[in-house]
Amino acid sequence: MASKLQQLYKTFSLQELRKGMGVTGRQFFNKKTTIMYPEEKTPKSPRFRGLHALRRYPNGEERCIACKLCEAVCPALAITIDSEEREDGTRRTTRYDIDLFKCIYCGFCEEACPVDSIVLTDIHEFHMEENGERLADKKRLLEIGDRHEADIAAARKQDAPYR
Amino acid sequence: MTFLQFVFYLFSAITVFAAAMVVTVRNPVKSALYLVLAFFSAACIWMILHAEFLAIVLVLVYVGAVMVLFLFVVMMLDIDLARLRAGFTRYLPVGGLVALLMAIEIALALHVGFNAAPSQAVSALGPDTSNTQAIASVLYTDYVYALEIASLILLTAIIAAIVLTMRKRTDHKYTDPGHQVTVKREDRLKIIKMDSEKPQAADSAK
Amino acid sequence: MIYDTFLFFTGWLPETVQAISWMVIKILAIIAPLMAFVAYFTFAERKVIGYFQTRVGPNRVGPKGWLQPIADAMKLMFKELVVPARSNRYLFLFAPVLSLAPALAAWAVMPFSETLVLANIDAGLLYILALTSMGVYGVILAGWASNSKYAFLGAMRSAAQIVAYEIAMGFALVGVLMVAGSLNLHQIVTRQSGGFWEWYWLPLLPLLLVYFISGVAETNRAPFDVAEGESEIVAGFHVEYSGMGFAVFFLAEYANIILIAALMVLMFFGGWLPPLEIAPFTWLPGLFWFGMKTFIVCFLFLWLRATFPRYRYDQIMRLGWKILIPVTLVWIVVIGLGKFYTPIGFIFS
Repeated sequence: MASKLQQLYKTFSLQELRKGMGVTGRQFFNKKTTIMYPEEKTPKSPRFRGLHALRRYPNGEERCIACKLCEAVCPALAITIDSEEREDGTRRTTRYDIDLFKCIYCGFCEEACPVDSIVLTDIHEFHMEENGERLADKKRLLEIGDRHEADIAAARKQDAPYR
Repeated sequence: MTFLQFVFYLFSAITVFAAAMVVTVRNPVKSALYLVLAFFSAACIWMILHAEFLAIVLVLVYVGAVMVLFLFVVMMLDIDLARLRAGFTRYLPVGGLVALLMAIEIALALHVGFNAAPSQAVSALGPDTSNTQAIASVLYTDYVYALEIASLILLTAIIAAIVLTMRKRTDHKYTDPGHQVTVKREDRLKIIKMDSEKPQAADSAK
Repeated sequence: MIYDTFLFFTGWLPETVQAISWMVIKILAIIAPLMAFVAYFTFAERKVIGYFQTRVGPNRVGPKGWLQPIADAMKLMFKELVVPARSNRYLFLFAPVLSLAPALAAWAVMPFSETLVLANIDAGLLYILALTSMGVYGVILAGWASNSKYAFLGAMRSAAQIVAYEIAMGFALVGVLMVAGSLNLHQIVTRQSGGFWEWYWLPLLPLLLVYFISGVAETNRAPFDVAEGESEIVAGFHVEYSGMGFAVFFLAEYANIILIAALMVLMFFGGWLPPLEIAPFTWLPGLFWFGMKTFIVCFLFLWLRATFPRYRYDQIMRLGWKILIPVTLVWIVVIGLGKFYTPIGFIFS
């Protein structure tokens, strides 16, 4: 009987609703956690997988040896490689295309690469304006690598103990 | 023609047009919508007559509630338009006769009604009282029994409608939220006190 | 004084034209600020709900985001109005108008302060009830004319819900008019004068709660927004609308919220009356108090939306028919006893 009355009181005094509103009401005055994105940015992990790049050795020679391991491992079939023998007898790529729309940024290509050539940089703010641009070719990938080599090397070094 | 007359004829024209559309238009949903328009413009005419209570109640009850339910039902129906179209001319003579009868009845009622003296209770209130008050004072004095009987009949109809349509379904799983929210921990959870079991030394010795 | 100026400039017009144009000016004087409030209420909603969720809300367009509603309006105006194939074109375009018009027309009898009212009619409360009951047509027609399953489902849900909650809402207001003894909104407010303990919220507390809950349901707001239910039926009745068609529905929803809030202030919180009838409070104009109270009730609407999850459809029906309506009926009987049976009469004196 007493519990029945208690239940009735609880129902008609809207106790549970008031409790809920109390919770949200407290949040109203709490400090806001919004990050003002283009001005403020959250720190990124060195393992962040963003835009692709092809790296070079310090002497300027491209690392890629056209082993096609990345092409084989790519789950989205985003990578296309053609290769031939260069004058000095080494095997090199003539074509290295990544379809950025197909790519799922899983990072398997980077793990498969025996010479640390293809890497995923931490660049995530990029866009395309024309249809053809979704295809990143060898020239563009090498260019990205050249431009961000310092960052890429630093991130790899930072993560090296855990690999 | 004064402005008032102009407004009256405007609303009357709309009412008659809408009423005609109700019976001639093919699509039942549109027909119901024209009925809404007819009710609304009739309410406007009543408003011109200073019968604001009746006018607003007409909108509130018929437009706001009855027609919504009508629309609700009509929209759900899958009506065969071809068959409806075929019957239109066949029912015209009967419909016309009914319409004529109704017109005569209304004319008679108006003729008698307007010549009758106003009710005692209303004339006692004076000219300044509001419409609502005047209606209430007549309803609850002169016509109190009629009103109570009418309301009882309506109540019976409500209960009858519920009783006729209510059925207990046995193949239907149903949760009662009122019951669900009253459930407490004690109803669902039993805490049992017991000692922890030890391996018996005597058993392993054998 | 403004009227004199008006007469001076329009003296050459015939009297009827003059009277009508003065009326139109008065109507515009109510509608124009109202639409501005509605526009900024959408901004307030995004901001306030952001704050409840420990975000900051829109803050990019203009200083602190204050131009956001204008940007939204511009965007919606320039968008294409898509009319779905095999829909009923005229009803499809008419439906948004039908949902906005009653929400605006109801403001005609709203007393903003002691003297500020467009039409002080005797059956003001009934008028508002009648007009708010018209709002459902916009929703039903939108759902039906769109020729879309989801829109139709939304319209059906909304129709059933609004019809159910309108009864509870009407009964709650019947309680108010029993205590006030008048249907005139101006008189209902003046009967509440004498400080906040004389307002009707105290003796009519159950009716206040019922009115508020059914007001939330009536405006299709969270937690009763099953008519839109974006997780179940996409956007319900206005799923097929784009551009200004959608914008008008949006405006209607917010205009209705402000209307319900203003009505609640008039019925239960003493309208334009100050909370204490002593010096510092009585200095402020009635319009300020009316606006202040309406603002607080509107805030409560947003608070509810930020707090509660959506009700299940059958539970909405259960709450409306089996709880709110019986509660109002019981309290109406109590009021009736209080009015004519002296021992408990002091409550409603």
